[in-house]
Amino acid sequence: MACEAGASRPSVVRGRGLKVSVTALSRAWRRVPAPLRVLVRLTVLLLAVSLVTFALVSASPIDPVQANVGQTAYLTMSPERRAALAERWGAGEGVLERWAAWLVDALHGDLGYSLRFNAPVVDVVAERLAGSALLLATAWLLSGALGLALGVLAGARRGSRLDRIVCGWCYLLSATPTFWLAMLALMVFSVWLGWFPVGFASAIGGTGAVSFAERLHHAALPALVLSLTGVANVALHTREKTLEVMEADYVRFARSRGESERSIVVRHGLRNLVLPALTLQCAQVSEIIGGSVLVEQVFSYPGLGQAAVTAGLGGDAPLLVGIALATALLVFAGNLAANLLYGVVDPRLRAGEVHHG
Amino acid sequence: MAEQTEALGVASGVPGEPFGGASSVPGEPLTCLHSPRPTRLGEGRRGLLAWAVAALVALVLIGVAGALLAPVAARTDFAQANLAPTLEHPFGTDWMGRDMLARTLAGLATSLGVGIVAACASSVIAFVLAAVAALGGEAADAVVSWVIDLVMGIPHIVLLVLVSYALGRGATGVMVGIALTHWPSLARVLRAEILQLKAAPFFSASRAIGVSSLRLVATHVVPHVLPQYLVGLVLLFPHAILHEASITFLGFGLSPEQPAIGVILSEAMGYLTAGSWWLAVFPGLALLGTVLLFDRLGSALRALVTPQEVQR
Repeated sequence: MACEAGASRPSVVRGRGLKVSVTALSRAWRRVPAPLRVLVRLTVLLLAVSLVTFALVSASPIDPVQANVGQTAYLTMSPERRAALAERWGAGEGVLERWAAWLVDALHGDLGYSLRFNAPVVDVVAERLAGSALLLATAWLLSGALGLALGVLAGARRGSRLDRIVCGWCYLLSATPTFWLAMLALMVFSVWLGWFPVGFASAIGGTGAVSFAERLHHAALPALVLSLTGVANVALHTREKTLEVMEADYVRFARSRGESERSIVVRHGLRNLVLPALTLQCAQVSEIIGGSVLVEQVFSYPGLGQAAVTAGLGGDAPLLVGIALATALLVFAGNLAANLLYGVVDPRLRAGEVHHG
Repeated sequence: MAEQTEALGVASGVPGEPFGGASSVPGEPLTCLHSPRPTRLGEGRRGLLAWAVAALVALVLIGVAGALLAPVAARTDFAQANLAPTLEHPFGTDWMGRDMLARTLAGLATSLGVGIVAACASSVIAFVLAAVAALGGEAADAVVSWVIDLVMGIPHIVLLVLVSYALGRGATGVMVGIALTHWPSLARVLRAEILQLKAAPFFSASRAIGVSSLRLVATHVVPHVLPQYLVGLVLLFPHAILHEASITFLGFGLSPEQPAIGVILSEAMGYLTAGSWWLAVFPGLALLGTVLLFDRLGSALRALVTPQEVQR
């Protein structure tokens, strides 16, 4: 340790030893069956996400008791009640202890209690997720379909006016703030033209069952706006991919056989283009969720995104953790689907293994 | 986007397709497989450079104008409240009679400041982690790529909300949040770059003669990845600015007293149904324009710097 000349020598040896063990570890890791590996990765991810959110939430200078009870109530409250609440919120304990306690509860299916919504976090997240599901699914499907179509069209007619318009549009779209687009849409279609309701998931004051048509009517405009923001990425990537395919040998051969451009695109191009687009779209779940936070806020749409904002502004720590976990789970599912799709369709990957980080 | 960067040299038409087949030599039929496309205005190296400089100048002007106009932006005049755009107030006035043009510019200047600080910090994180991943051995690489997965595993906005909440909201929260969320893509690019460099003979030679890792980074890695790094940094700005505006719009970022595009737009939300369209349209357009300027600057730089793009 204290020798001067050989100071770097031990670290080299240690480094090599570490390297060997890491290699052995990664080799052993690859022998674990794939479903188990996915499960382990998911567990580790969720643990890390919960720990990170816990650390962030408890680093906050916003006192959870005061933030949730309110100034007046806090001042008029008896000291015993305050102490009880502080204990309920776990103020004053270390992060790790609280996290461990939360983890034990979480394993029993109890993610805590949301004071803002006055309900268990699990229920709030489930309810809000159900509210967002229609919005997210529609936007996800629409943006994928539209992006693919535009990308293929633009790529097949490289350099044409259509290509320029699509590229320019995507360029513009990727620079446009989502919430501003939502505001413009709200202003034009809801306020001026009156085609769509101004917000919410159902008519204000309406009681009883909400018909599916009404829900669709309320979700249409937010979903359209949300899907627009996802189009640019898929369209531009598909365009690049189309350019690649259109220069491939088999396309040249098809062309020399006298096949029309249209038939080339439909019969040879599409099959090769649907998959990368689908994969990209699966990996884009994170963007769609991020966008939904903004869009739901503009349209006052009662979904998970809006709940995240409410929880953040109201200092609802357990709900924040729950939402972070739920969104991380969705993103993970998207990435997993992307990897699986790759494996299912591309035989070259199936032979080896489906592992993308 | 490829249209703009596709500047110099050969038009890569579909091989085998006669492309501009007219003969240039009289009397001799000529099939031209690759016709050089005439360079249009704003293309080519000089054109790209001009674009980059113009975008930079415009951004600096926005920043300076915004900083100078900050007092004007805060001046209220209730006699002139809620005016639609006129020559005197091109962007109209808000409910407190503040000139929206001045407010928008001041807001953009704030956004530029926040964006620059956050993007610089984020790019430094990206570089350090990329260097650690590429040079620190297999374990370090695995750890860094796991951290990248973790950060990418939570939607940016949700993470920004969390970080902002952790730091008690305000400008610091936004800057730290953006710095912590935006590095992964650049880190991946830089890591690949450094791995490539690692295979170079001069690098292994330096390593073999016992040059320390830090010195290797300083003498070989930094000069090698600097162009990529700078381009990545410039391309981080638009994202940083957009996310700053978004998070401020949601109520987590800059405080309502500060001039910020997010604040302006979230105030405008209350006037959407009242028909004050200018409150939302112009600041948003200005933000869009700023983002596009940064993007243009970044892609022009990338086209100038990276070999693949130059060849296109």
